[in-house]
Amino acid sequence: MILYKDALPSGKHWSMRMRRGTSLRLIDKTGGANVGILFYNPENLLERYNAPDSLKCQHTFKLTQGHCLYSDMGRIFCAITDDSFGWHDTVSGNSNAALVEKKWGKRDYQTERNNWKQNGTDAFLVEAAKYGLNKQDLAANLNVFSKIEPDDEGALNYSAQQSKAGDFIELRFEMDTLVLLHTCPHPLNPSATYPEFEVEYQILQSAPVSDDDLCKNLCAENQRGYENNRLYHLGL
Amino acid sequence: MIKESELQAENAFDRETVGAGDYYLKVVKKGQTVRILDLEGNQAADTLFYNANDVSERYSATDTIREQGNLYLTAGSVLMSNECNPMLKIVADTCGRHDTVGGACATESNTVRYALEKKCMHACRDSWLLAIAENEELGLTKKDITHNINFFMNVPVTSDGKLTFADGISGAGKYVELEALMDVVVLISNCPQLNNPCNAYNPTPIEVLIWNESEVL
Repeated sequence: MILYKDALPSGKHWSMRMRRGTSLRLIDKTGGANVGILFYNPENLLERYNAPDSLKCQHTFKLTQGHCLYSDMGRIFCAITDDSFGWHDTVSGNSNAALVEKKWGKRDYQTERNNWKQNGTDAFLVEAAKYGLNKQDLAANLNVFSKIEPDDEGALNYSAQQSKAGDFIELRFEMDTLVLLHTCPHPLNPSATYPEFEVEYQILQSAPVSDDDLCKNLCAENQRGYENNRLYHLGL
Repeated sequence: MIKESELQAENAFDRETVGAGDYYLKVVKKGQTVRILDLEGNQAADTLFYNANDVSERYSATDTIREQGNLYLTAGSVLMSNECNPMLKIVADTCGRHDTVGGACATESNTVRYALEKKCMHACRDSWLLAIAENEELGLTKKDITHNINFFMNVPVTSDGKLTFADGISGAGKYVELEALMDVVVLISNCPQLNNPCNAYNPTPIEVLIWNESEVL
């Protein structure tokens, strides 16, 4: 059941508290989207998304359906319950003002108003500050809808296969989570002009987590992650 | 890339052996060179760097990976800060590859990776938290304990998107050497991990040496 939906054009930022038991579905409406995302525990903002822990415990470099996104405290913020794209980046970080100016031109509100060339770092800094967080609180973020391929020597390439109109990902929240997000372009996007796209986001009521749930049973590590979440919610 | 150093250990002005499970915390000045030496082989030196004049500027794995276009660190790699400034450069490396994707062990992540009963075993992030508690004058807090470098760790990523913890490629006497491009705080946890076969379940000491710029020239 869809509780709410809205759309964000490229170059925007927003934040929200996702409740345990709800899901966030992101849909690339135009193709070529990127959504930068960070997670925090609203009850203890020092608990935050940890990309290395998430990759390491699931023995994966790419993120896709079945994977869980962990905090630095061994708990699962959310699980990727559905994904039509197959490979989301979490090691390339963000664009910043200098990078955007060099690639696509200077951010200029006077001329471009809300079509200005916003960058991912400043987008996160603004959203983070709303909760008393600053640059020291930013960590390696998700870049949803961006595929960055490594070769056998570790060299990274912005894949020629990026998301298409209609591609989606769904995140099922396993604990209350503060979500910071932006729709600024991926820092490795080779586009000649500042990328323009639109992302729809839907907030849905999640189905209960079944015993044979794909994410929970992807690996023994995730079963233990779910046990940590169960312990965190004891008595509720 | 294997590149040997021309620096002589006897000319280092500072040498410290760091036991497994202990931390190392020192300031290295711009122009000085710091060597991390794997004394017995296949040890992990989990390392964070901060701008010594403003610790809110720190080593950033994502900015480093993106700017060099490669996941692995070796001779020639420039370590970038969260402000996208160069902090240090790897000037010698006899190991050939170091990880900055896999992060550091923590008591909580040990519960996920190994078993819930492992939660009270010593871990890198506990060493760092003790280091910042015992050195309050630096102004570091838990928010500064973040995505690190694992010197001597081999964490191969495959082209189909898998990540593995392979047997180490380091050995006794292998080292990595970095020239400081700004004054930096070096914070190392010499990893105490007892659950990972990559160090044969036996964490061992490292040595950290620092040379003045006059020795380097």
